[in-house]
Amino acid sequence: MNDGILSFLLDATNWQPGNNDGFVNRTIEHLGYSATALVIAFVVAFPLGLLIGHTNRGAFLAINLGNAGRALPTLGVVMLVLAIVGVGLTPVTVALVVLAIPPILTTTYAGMRAVSGATVDAARGVGMKEWQIVFQVELPNAWPIVFGGLRNAALQVVSTATLAAYVGLGGLGRYLFDGLALRDYPRVVAGAIVLAVLAVVVDLVFSLVQRLVVSPGVDGRASRGPRRGSNAPAALTASEDVPDVADDAPTPGGVGMDKAPRKSL
Amino acid sequence: MEFFSDVRTYLEINHETVLESLVQHIWLALLPVAISFVLALPLGWAVVRYGWLKHPILTLSSVIYTIPSLALFLALPAIIGTSILDPLNVVIALTLYSLALLVRTTADGLASVDQQVVEAATAMGYKPARRWFTVELPLALPVIMAGLRITTVANVSMVTVSALIGIQSLGQLFTRGFQLGFYAPPIVIGLVLSVLLALLADSIIVLVQRLVTPWARVGGAR
Repeated sequence: MNDGILSFLLDATNWQPGNNDGFVNRTIEHLGYSATALVIAFVVAFPLGLLIGHTNRGAFLAINLGNAGRALPTLGVVMLVLAIVGVGLTPVTVALVVLAIPPILTTTYAGMRAVSGATVDAARGVGMKEWQIVFQVELPNAWPIVFGGLRNAALQVVSTATLAAYVGLGGLGRYLFDGLALRDYPRVVAGAIVLAVLAVVVDLVFSLVQRLVVSPGVDGRASRGPRRGSNAPAALTASEDVPDVADDAPTPGGVGMDKAPRKSL
Repeated sequence: MEFFSDVRTYLEINHETVLESLVQHIWLALLPVAISFVLALPLGWAVVRYGWLKHPILTLSSVIYTIPSLALFLALPAIIGTSILDPLNVVIALTLYSLALLVRTTADGLASVDQQVVEAATAMGYKPARRWFTVELPLALPVIMAGLRITTVANVSMVTVSALIGIQSLGQLFTRGFQLGFYAPPIVIGLVLSVLLALLADSIIVLVQRLVTPWARVGGAR
């Protein structure tokens, strides 16, 4: 069976850009659905998160949305949106946007709130205007947490865009659902492998962009080195890929929970 | 309202299937949590004890966490040779995800134990093994259990995905709604039951945590 998977993966016709049912075309479709939804979600959720984070008005919205989003099964949300809006590219995009908004909104809010109040006061004290404080002080400090949310949203969307094929559209989900329907198992596994690799690559790209955007002074890269104080008891530093849930753990349902990545499809 | 009577009618006709799906759902979601909790303790210990293990294990964890669950459910049979419709695939995949998160929180929890407390225990004559189980592990529990809550809630929601490959769970109410031409009642029933189950499991863990860490409630001494 594994030979079948390998020969399916290595079959040149499956990689020709012109082939409608080839990996190249399916990946482009898949990324297309994902990017559209992600951009829309970002445009909606990011400014709202900045506003809520800066003013701390409507914080309950940001916190509750994050917690509710955790327990809601992605598959059910997508199906419900499709049941309400109808089937097609627009409803699928709407469903993906609905999924991507909570992680972006809650982490933008959480990132803004995590900026030290003294820093913000100092910025205000030297005469910065409110919008300058938001974009030149709070946001640069909040980027590491905000990016965690963006990465998480991107992963969720890329994973969930697979469902587009379930309702008759394209994308990499086609291999999974066509293969299952045809009992063509090598096709299923090959599709699953390409999907998994795509998800890992997308995450990697986001982490590279994060390195470019986040100031070395903010995420600790600048202070890392052999002479770093070793008194802290084996503290696992905060910039690993699975974000830290420990710090705020004892506050059940608080903002701290949102630092852990959501995983539901 | 018409919708609610539709929901009631659906439940009257299908309550046995829904109940079966619920029971199966609980198994598929919670078994991986239990297995990964048991595996995460030694792994988390090793990560804290042997510093060089930290980077490879945590990197591997985050890569595993990145893989979409549907892809993992379908690729596992090719790796371990199970049948494609075997619920074991779901259990193993969810165990991997839970473990990926729990190793990290366990290591964080163990690393957060105050070194002076450990030294005090040593001075009182605790041997390493006894000290670990009776001093370090209990003190790390609040952090570990925070991770446990997150994985539990995530698992309850992720199990539904397995319905797409024909495994019984509450997710089948979603695919059922799809097959009936996006008929909302089963979808809503599935959503409500799944969320309630997640909240219930979460509250139980919180309750257990209160029971096993009585010192956390005394206050002041955090």
